[in-house]
Amino acid sequence: MFAIYKRELKSYLTNMIGCVFISVLLIIVGIFVTVMNLLYGYPLFEYSISNLTPFLFVLIPILTMRSVSEERHAKTDQLLYSLPVSVGNVVLAKYFAMITVFLIPTVIMAFYPLILSIFGNVPFASAYGALLGFMLLVSALISVGLFISSITESQVIAAVVSAGVLLGMYLMSVIAGIIPSSAFASLIGFAVVMVLIALIVWRMTKNATVAGIVCVAGLFLVGSIYLIDSTLFEGLFPRVLNWLSVFDRFDSFSEGLFDLTTIVYYLSISALFVFSTIQSVEKRRWS
Amino acid sequence: MIEVKHLTKRYGNNTAVDDISFSVKPGMIYGFLGPNGAGKSTTMNIITGCLAATEGTVTINGHDVFEEPLEAKKHVGYLPELPPLYAEMTPAEYLRFVAEAKGVSKEEMDYQLSYVMEKTQITSMQDRLIKNLSKGYRQRVGVAQAMLGNPEVIILDEPTVGLDPGQIIEIRDLIKSLADEHHTVILSSHILSEVSAVCDYVMIISHGRLIASDTIDNLSTILVGSRVLHLTVKGDLNRIRQVINRLADQAKTIRYEESSEDRGIDVYDIDIEVEKDIDLRETAFRLFCDAKCVILKLYAETIGLEDVFLKLTREYDEQYRVEQRLAALDQEENAFAPKEDDRPADDSGDNDPRPVM
Repeated sequence: MFAIYKRELKSYLTNMIGCVFISVLLIIVGIFVTVMNLLYGYPLFEYSISNLTPFLFVLIPILTMRSVSEERHAKTDQLLYSLPVSVGNVVLAKYFAMITVFLIPTVIMAFYPLILSIFGNVPFASAYGALLGFMLLVSALISVGLFISSITESQVIAAVVSAGVLLGMYLMSVIAGIIPSSAFASLIGFAVVMVLIALIVWRMTKNATVAGIVCVAGLFLVGSIYLIDSTLFEGLFPRVLNWLSVFDRFDSFSEGLFDLTTIVYYLSISALFVFSTIQSVEKRRWS
Repeated sequence: MIEVKHLTKRYGNNTAVDDISFSVKPGMIYGFLGPNGAGKSTTMNIITGCLAATEGTVTINGHDVFEEPLEAKKHVGYLPELPPLYAEMTPAEYLRFVAEAKGVSKEEMDYQLSYVMEKTQITSMQDRLIKNLSKGYRQRVGVAQAMLGNPEVIILDEPTVGLDPGQIIEIRDLIKSLADEHHTVILSSHILSEVSAVCDYVMIISHGRLIASDTIDNLSTILVGSRVLHLTVKGDLNRIRQVINRLADQAKTIRYEESSEDRGIDVYDIDIEVEKDIDLRETAFRLFCDAKCVILKLYAETIGLEDVFLKLTREYDEQYRVEQRLAALDQEENAFAPKEDDRPADDSGDNDPRPVM
């Protein structure tokens, strides 16, 4: 596993992609730190970090797009399969290599509050808390990008889909805000989700019966809960959508709060998508 | 060493590998032979754990590929159809990576790297980027990669495709020297001369089934057991028939027909198939002479391995088509289908050729 990690990391750093990712991230941070902290004399480093988040849905796909899809495209995945290394370790090695690439600019960023402290009082706790939160946010987003890269053979498709999904996550709270919060609207929302799940099941298993059962069971479940107690559905759908807004969770960090639930949330997102990636790569052998 | 039992792989309704069983013994070179799309690569992918089987088991040195993949894979080196190379690395970097991933110890690392590069003659190319290497060199880097970790079994999928004749001979010599060092080699090819030049044991695959598996010598004696005498004779048909009747007890089959070249002027083409050790040329000559027939052409031909392969795969093609049609009928009418399960085994060659007479 360590050999694969080493190779991945080296390939990112000798390739354009890793360098572009690192330099663009540093340039953006540099601009915000210069403008907000240096020119306007704002002491809070976490504000600069929180301004970075909108750029992530462009930067993350650049980093993750080739991780699995390129292996498959160049047929080098056959080598990884035939090595005495488990698929789980291969995926983890790739994941940690990308996180390491991201850690390089983060380590550089960690010096900024120290530099700022020369000019005045900087609240270190909230600054480094926000940096930690930012690292966890990026780790979660990288896992999403990794998963999307594992379901396609084309880097371009992986990049576009990842950017779309991350943009969706970014706008999730806005979307949740415009959805009516009445119980009936929530019912319709969940019904649509159930149908979508059934469609995905159908697409993946190519088995109409199973997909049909999933669809009917899901709709029945949603419908019966609604009939039993419709007040449960008041505003439930927007609330669920809000759970998915990975970016908004970061707001508590930029406000100087060290939010443990958010940390657990980001770690669970990472674990979920890394696990899904392992399954998705493993599934290819069984197709 | 490798034990493959009832291996089956289906993609939806399409069966790529159909109930293949064989076992591999150490220190020999095995050849998978079959037309394109016969299921050679799929079988190899399953043996090396790159692909999961629908049914059946593969055990390597007692380790099941699906149950204990990591243990099993330690004993196998694999070169897929397309060498799995990272274009932006140099051969030296790439081989070091593979060796590390295979768990080669630090003390042995340098020795093994220089050994495989020496053996595949890529030492002089070790610091160029792989993307700048020619196809022949890439193939060699692929072979070198499979040799790393000193695995007992080395599986090569079409190792000589796309190489020039000189390189082909080099790779073949390399494969032979691997077997001399007590590696077991399994290679696939659709080129018969290659298999017969390199392999000790041949497995012929067609439509996902193993239709013959034996040593080259045995296949030759079973199937190249006959020699064919081609004659073009001019003369009266009745007399020719008499001669043929007298020859019949020594021949396995005799066919005759009006010559395709000189039609209508009493010229006949005669094919006489005889046992390998019987030479009918002189007898035939004298008999036709006595019968006042003129022999225009006479030559004897032994059936080569090429013909054996074509014969086997074509025969199987026919049978496969019939089976498919029966299966289709079976599905359509939902009635019973007399789907015969006479999969041709090792002895599929002795399809009693019936005399036409």
